Parts: sequence; C-alpha cells; structure tokens
Amino acid sequence: MKASIHSTSYYLPPGTLSNSDLCELFPQLTEKDIYKRTGINNRHITSTGVVGSDLGFNAAIKLFEENNIDRSQIDYLIFCTEGLDYKGPATACILQHRLGLNQNCGAIDLPFGCTGFTYCLSVAKGLIESEQASSVLIITSDIPSTVIHPDDSELRMIFGDAGAATLVVAKEASDIGVGRYSFGTDGSGAENLMVERSGTRNPANAEWFQKNEAAGGMVYGQMKMNSVEIFTFALRVVPPMIADILEKNMLNKNDIDLFIFHQANAFLLSVLRRKLKIEEDKFFICMENVGNTVSASIPIALNEAIKKGKIKSGNKVLLASFGIGYSWSGTVVTF
Amino acid sequence: MDITSFIHSIENEIEELTPGSLKPDTEFSSLKEWSSMHVLILIALIDSEYNVTVNGSDLQQCKSVNDLFNLVKSRH
Repeated sequence: MKASIHSTSYYLPPGTLSNSDLCELFPQLTEKDIYKRTGINNRHITSTGVVGSDLGFNAAIKLFEENNIDRSQIDYLIFCTEGLDYKGPATACILQHRLGLNQNCGAIDLPFGCTGFTYCLSVAKGLIESEQASSVLIITSDIPSTVIHPDDSELRMIFGDAGAATLVVAKEASDIGVGRYSFGTDGSGAENLMVERSGTRNPANAEWFQKNEAAGGMVYGQMKMNSVEIFTFALRVVPPMIADILEKNMLNKNDIDLFIFHQANAFLLSVLRRKLKIEEDKFFICMENVGNTVSASIPIALNEAIKKGKIKSGNKVLLASFGIGYSWSGTVVTF
Repeated sequence: MDITSFIHSIENEIEELTPGSLKPDTEFSSLKEWSSMHVLILIALIDSEYNVTVNGSDLQQCKSVNDLFNLVKSRH
C-alpha cells in the first residue's frame, strides 16, 4: 500500500497587501525594489478574528467541492499551523466537527512552520503505509500577518496568509506515491526565526501589551527573523538535503520532472536553484501573488503546478522545505 | 583568486554600484546604496563563485572589501 496525493486546494483571505500599499506605508521602499528582493507583488491578509483554522476550513470545503470528495471516507485529519485556536482542545478536533467528518476519524494538530507540509505528508505516509488509515486530510494553514509588527517592513514584504487542504489516499500501485524521506533538525538556530512572547516561555504580559499598544498589543506574539542567518542556513542545508533525497529514492537529478521547494523568498529560491544547477523550467516558483504562506506554500505551489500542466501523471516531483526550527525535510512524490 | 577579480564580481552582481567605484579599502557601511539585500547578494555571490559560506557574524567583522577578500581567500 502506498500513500498518494489525491488532490489539493487552497483558500486565500480577501484582504490584500500589495507592493504599492507597502510603499505608501514605508516611503523608503520602491515597488521595484520589493519585487527584486522577494519576487512578490501581492499578499493576502486575514481580517480580525479570522484565524488559521478558518482559512483551513474554507480550503477543505473547496477541496471537497472541487474534487467531489466523499468526506465520510476520511479517516484521519492532520491540522498544521503555528496559530492554533486554543492550547486545548486540539484544533483538529474542532475542525473534525466543523467539517462534518466521521467520528471514527483520528485528528491531531501538528504545530509547525515552513516544513509543516512535508512533515504532515510524512506522517500521512506513515499512517497509510502502516495501514492505520486509508484517507488522510492534511490542512496546512497559517496567518503570519498576525505576528508581524506593523512597523516591520521586511517581514510584511515576505509573508502572506493562506490555508491549504490536501487529501492523501492509499493506493495499491507501487510505482506512484510518496517516496522516502530526508529529515533534518538543528535547534541551535531557533532564535534566528522565532515568534517571541507566543507561548509558555516568556509569555506576553501586561508590560508587553502596553509596549505594543500602538500595534494592537501584538497579542499573538511577534515574529523576529535574522534574515542573513536564515539565508546562510538555507544555502548550507538545502543542497545536501536534495542529494540525500535523491540517494534515498535511488534517483538522479535528471529523473526529477519538477522541483518544488518551500516558497520562502523568490530571491533565495533562485540562488538555491543556481547552486543546485537545476534548469529554470524544472523549478517551480509560485509566490508572486501570495508571498510566503508558511505551511501552505508547497500545496499552493502543487495546485498551481498541476493547473498549469507542469505536473502530469507519472511525473516525479521533488518536494523540499526548510526554515523555522531550524528544520528541513523533503521527499519525491510520483504522480 | 585576486582582489581585482573579486571587486569586479561584486560590481557585476550589485547593479547599484558604479563600475570602478569599489576599492580594496572601501568600507561597506560607507556605501550609500548599501542595504540588507546587498548583504544577501554578497553571501550568494561568495557561495557560488568561491564555494565559501560566510555568515552574518563573519560579515560584521569585515568592514572593508579587503577584509572580506582576505576572509574568503583564507577559506577558499
């Protein structure tokens, strides 16, 4: 039994933040400069009170409708976000009920960031290939805009909010599906990308809310990124990860039809592409209109690549993600 | 590797720099065009041209073009 990606859908909140909006807010920036630095023209931004699970819920409903999915067949739900509804109960339990999934459905939260999708896919593969589940719904949904300080032009330039839903199902065929994985972790880089004051260690307190009063209190915490360190981290770990993924799947670079990386920043992606000597038409970049959507970025890119005819039946697609943690992981999916 | 070709590579990669404007003793902080983006371009350039990885703290220690050249050369 092999785990196979059946379908993906995504949902973007209606609010937007364009490069021209950013230039109005930060007069030192130009639209051309923002695009050159990020490869992004526009981002979608959630509105007050609309959280990650809401975007994820809408993405799942779209997935069911666009692909005629019988939701009663889903026997496991994995919800991935860095913005859970509550510390308890698991947001996945709330989503099981909201989505009308069966009560014999397993449901877990997998709170993760940039590598969230590839991690969820590895868990889905494990569940399916060990015959614990046969139809796993992965919802990856993030609202980074809620943890970015309004004065932080650099982070506002990069991140956008989105929800994505992916159905992974058991297939008898042996020549398709999710391949072997490469994982990596280096917690020594934790402080270089972190949402401060967002949990039980150093929680937000009265002093914090007061200090950030003009920014609405920064009630979910505040994302801080050392972009130089994150950039060098990616240059350091991604090429060996790609080599490891290929080796574990007994493939050569030329066997891969399309490379889809976590859509971190188009400038970084193009540097990685050149470093890895991957041809431009085999390297999918999909962030111009959505920005870096954290755990939703790979399924959004997968959905767009399929729509654009870049992925056809039998194609091998290498998925790789890297970021907050530090964490990295990837695999090859045969469609 | 020599400093002339090192400077030439940097001027080639960073379009805001006028060719010939960068000298070995030029301090990066004195360049009016200098931004955080240029730091990333520089890291990417050194990585691809010389196969040397420099990080944020390395760059903080390199005030001038010559400092950076010497660092890259020592790891090349």
